Amino acid sequence: MPELAIEIRGACKRYPGFSLEGLSLSLEKGYVLGLIGPNGAGKTTTIRLLMGLARADSGEIRVLGEDPRKAGPALRARLGFVYDESKWYGTLNARETAAWVSRLYPTWSDEAFGSRLEGFGLDPGKKIDELSKGQRMKLSLAVALSHGAELIVMDEPTGGLDPVSRSELLDSLFAVVAEGRTSLLFSTHVTQDLERIADYIAFMKGGRLVFSEARDEVLARHALVRGPLSALDPGLEAALVGRRVYDGGFEGLTDRPEAVRSRAGDRISLERASLEDIMVYNVREDYHARPAS
Amino acid sequence: MDYRPGPWGLDGLSSCVYCIYTETEGAITIVISQQSPEPIYRQIEEQVKAALFSGELAPGTELPSIRKLAQDLRISVITTKRAYEELERGGFIVTLPARGSFAADPDRDALRERRLGTLKAGLFPLAAEARALGMGEEGFGAMAREAYLEAKKEHEDA
Repeated sequence: MPELAIEIRGACKRYPGFSLEGLSLSLEKGYVLGLIGPNGAGKTTTIRLLMGLARADSGEIRVLGEDPRKAGPALRARLGFVYDESKWYGTLNARETAAWVSRLYPTWSDEAFGSRLEGFGLDPGKKIDELSKGQRMKLSLAVALSHGAELIVMDEPTGGLDPVSRSELLDSLFAVVAEGRTSLLFSTHVTQDLERIADYIAFMKGGRLVFSEARDEVLARHALVRGPLSALDPGLEAALVGRRVYDGGFEGLTDRPEAVRSRAGDRISLERASLEDIMVYNVREDYHARPAS
Repeated sequence: MDYRPGPWGLDGLSSCVYCIYTETEGAITIVISQQSPEPIYRQIEEQVKAALFSGELAPGTELPSIRKLAQDLRISVITTKRAYEELERGGFIVTLPARGSFAADPDRDALRERRLGTLKAGLFPLAAEARALGMGEEGFGAMAREAYLEAKKEHEDA
């Protein structure tokens, strides 16, 4: 039985106007889980439960084997939280930031911090206010790794980053994953380059988990279907998650590409679907051909 | 309109080249195409196999760790892990705990079995054809022997 970095069983959390229902999710140590879904899907609530910032109404939550609501500072040092807002003082530089952060964590290593800054290409003498958003994100990552975080949770880490910064952040993340000591969970609206690093994808919608499986499996069992309207008979429609009809033709998403191919393979085209396609066709109700399961 | 079955199971980004440096032959390269219809784990698997068959990848050569390969190819760890698992199942590589993965010896391992299987399977339709032409066991054997000697001579000349 592999050791789990995250284990959520049947978690429920109800707020006025939103509820997370029966969420079960797990992540093996050393792997990367991408949490995707539209706004209001429950991604942030899930992260709050994992970080011990909210208490589940029911269900069981284990982070690195411990209950995040009951564990003390020891668990906090093993967790890193990297999110959109900068939590550092803008007038300090990275070196000065390390000086006060180190007092919060008994496990802090100056040596690790120094080599992370170098590895991530960050200037230790530059004021935080002068860093770009992507550099601040990398600084948060470097801090988390320097207090020995074994699980790093990132909320929208690439939100508002330009493609070059995203690519640089991705390099840093690939380097961390290659070391094999850290597990990563990130939530995102889906950015193409981040989805490359994810081993597993959990897709949430309306407070529920739609699926959680290996990324390669998710992509292998979905395909985009395009063809003339004459090919869109009820039998084909039954194999589609959703479809968009336009003058003379349609585009749809299937989760049974083989069924679609054997039914209408000569009249339609099948192409790989991106996670974004999978999300859009699952979420947009005006595209739905059959009742959502 | 051109309707053809397209690829899926890929992440639709640019292709990527990776080199495994070997002691004897310099380097073998792994080229990953995100546009190919073949899943990425299978692209890795097939290229490592081809390098083993051709002798470019010498038995005992250490392969990069699954995490290093994932970092360099910028693909997920689970994908490179799958490729190595398939290679190991086929007997093409050997993974030693805490030491790494190594190219297997094709003469002593499943690789030879596999090639023998392919040889046998290729021989059957030839034998059927010989029988259909009314050739006896001995005639077919003599023909096979002649072909073998020819291949041997060619190999020695080269």
